[in-house]
Amino acid sequence: MQRRNFLKTTALAAVASMVMFSAAHAENAKLKIGFVGVTSGPAAAWGISNQRSMEARAAWLNELGGVKIGDTTYDIQIVPFDDQKDPKRAIAGMEKMAQEGVHYVVGPNVDDGAAAVRPVAEQKGIIYFPYAFPKTLYVAPASNAILGMVANYQSGPAIYKYLIDNKGIKKIAFVAANESDPLSQRDSGVEAAKALGLEVVSDKVTYQVDTTDFTPVLLPVIQTQPDLLVLSGVSPANAPQLIRSARELGYQGLISTETAQDAAVLAEGAGELANGFISVGGASTPELASDAMKEFVDRYTKMFGEYNDESNTKVYALEYIIETLKANPAAIDNVDEYKKTIDTFEAPNPFMVGDAKLHYVGTTSFQQKRQISVPLVVNEYKDGAFQTLFVAQVD
Amino acid sequence: MEQIIANGLYLGAQYALIALGLTLIFSLMNVLNFAHGQMYVFGGFVCYTVVSQLGLPFIVGLIASALVLGVMGALIERFLFRPVIRRSKRDESTMLLAAGIAFFLDALILLLFGEKQRGVPKIVNGVFNWDFRLIMPYDRILIGVLAIALILGFILFMQYSKAGRAMRALAQDRTAAQLMGVDVDRYSMLGFAMGAMLAGLVGALLVTITGVNLGMGGPTSVKAFLMIMIGGAGVISGAIAGGFILGMMESVGLSVLSSYGDVTYLVIFATLMAFLAIRPQGLMGKPWG
Repeated sequence: MQRRNFLKTTALAAVASMVMFSAAHAENAKLKIGFVGVTSGPAAAWGISNQRSMEARAAWLNELGGVKIGDTTYDIQIVPFDDQKDPKRAIAGMEKMAQEGVHYVVGPNVDDGAAAVRPVAEQKGIIYFPYAFPKTLYVAPASNAILGMVANYQSGPAIYKYLIDNKGIKKIAFVAANESDPLSQRDSGVEAAKALGLEVVSDKVTYQVDTTDFTPVLLPVIQTQPDLLVLSGVSPANAPQLIRSARELGYQGLISTETAQDAAVLAEGAGELANGFISVGGASTPELASDAMKEFVDRYTKMFGEYNDESNTKVYALEYIIETLKANPAAIDNVDEYKKTIDTFEAPNPFMVGDAKLHYVGTTSFQQKRQISVPLVVNEYKDGAFQTLFVAQVD
Repeated sequence: MEQIIANGLYLGAQYALIALGLTLIFSLMNVLNFAHGQMYVFGGFVCYTVVSQLGLPFIVGLIASALVLGVMGALIERFLFRPVIRRSKRDESTMLLAAGIAFFLDALILLLFGEKQRGVPKIVNGVFNWDFRLIMPYDRILIGVLAIALILGFILFMQYSKAGRAMRALAQDRTAAQLMGVDVDRYSMLGFAMGAMLAGLVGALLVTITGVNLGMGGPTSVKAFLMIMIGGAGVISGAIAGGFILGMMESVGLSVLSSYGDVTYLVIFATLMAFLAIRPQGLMGKPWG
């Protein structure tokens, strides 16, 4: 009898501790956030830097116990999809997100992909954060897209004005890949340059996106002797080769772009020939980076082996999604609630020093707030690293 | 004009080296190696790893690329193409296999080497500048000379070595070569290995000029096919001619047609279509059938 009681008691205790153990380590609910973008091919760095930024930040938040939205604590789960910079695949990716019950998607990275997924996003109740600039995505009646970075028609004029005032440039030339993104960036750059009184000496030269030798491409451009050569919409893979070819052809003027670049790629591809190259950066310059930003860079590096400077502009999208959902938990599966929150949303910006805030902007450019506020940081490459040229805010 | 010709010759030398590997494989095995561009990219990344990450001299990087791609080519022929050619009665099987290998290598390159553009520092600094009429960086001149030396070395090998004669016999008439005692399996494997090695060598040479990234494979394969279509598939002299012709057309087109927008390759493709309609076997290929 005593033995039976002992066995019963022991069994009950074992079961009880297993239940308590399970309860203590019960999994948080999952909050799926999607990514649809290019993670292969020459522009892979754009999409991979997005995906890895999200995964690094999600892993960090989950390690801290998850994210509390309303009464529920969630682990963030990133659901990625490689669209290979193909609009048809981008549509398939967005449909996959809808099937998985994802309402918030970062990407796509390029104009045609972002335009292609708009109908799917609007039908399936998805808000997406493209890194594409066409205003039609953000101006009413469109309302489901929120621009994830500074647009070239916002950064271009700021860069040209700065160079007019500080470097005295008068003549400008543009070269672009023969693709919709770079061509539209070139066209808006030309418009901005003319509005500022610059003489556009060359704006017709384009190159195949798979070009590897840019010397024959740049020869006619260099012969027009611009003060500033703009590499419109240049991919991180092509930038160092274009810079190198220009310098080897004897070009002494300034070279700039309005896309994000990677210092290591520039160092390897162009070395000291890339010194002076101007591009758009993000929040991890020494003057701006908070301790949280520095920790993010460390965690990213540990997770993936090396950091990608483009993540400086890509780190924000996931943060905005999570903080906006915290501000209005009803938006967790209802994008209309999210849209209601956009106009008044404000939260501390963890990635910048001081009392910088996360808030939505875009009223000037789009007549509605459909852009996340990220600092416009214009960098100059020098000896393997970026140095801040100037910082501004855009709307 | 001098600049255009110099650019054309430089491009032509690189392209000819790429085309040689592709045409060698086609001549021996009647296989269009769709993975040729990916092998070029792999060679570039091997050289980058050896030079930029391990800090070894560029010549070591070149040799490493040649060896790695040679071994890869031999293994691909031995364990993939040979069984398929033996068992399948349809030519399309090898084309599908080659396409599959291309996709596989793309994924492998992404896993092994990552997504970023990679480059090797210039091996020679300075620019040759003849009064701004001809501007050519010294490293391009060196790479161009190396490419021409490799082409000459390849021609000499094919002409005067036993293995070269055996491979030429195989390319001419497989059955007759077998009857003459040529080991078909051995020289097919050697030929594929050499073709892959040539692709890897160009990748290694050019990583110091144009860099390398995983997206370059497909377009490089397309250009290689263009060259052998121009020159004649399976003919070594045709591959060299095709490479130089394409290089020259590209250089001339980009300079002369630049004011009309990006129409150079439109013109090249249109010209090629008209040319192939008149002479489908290319400049030096034998008529089919």
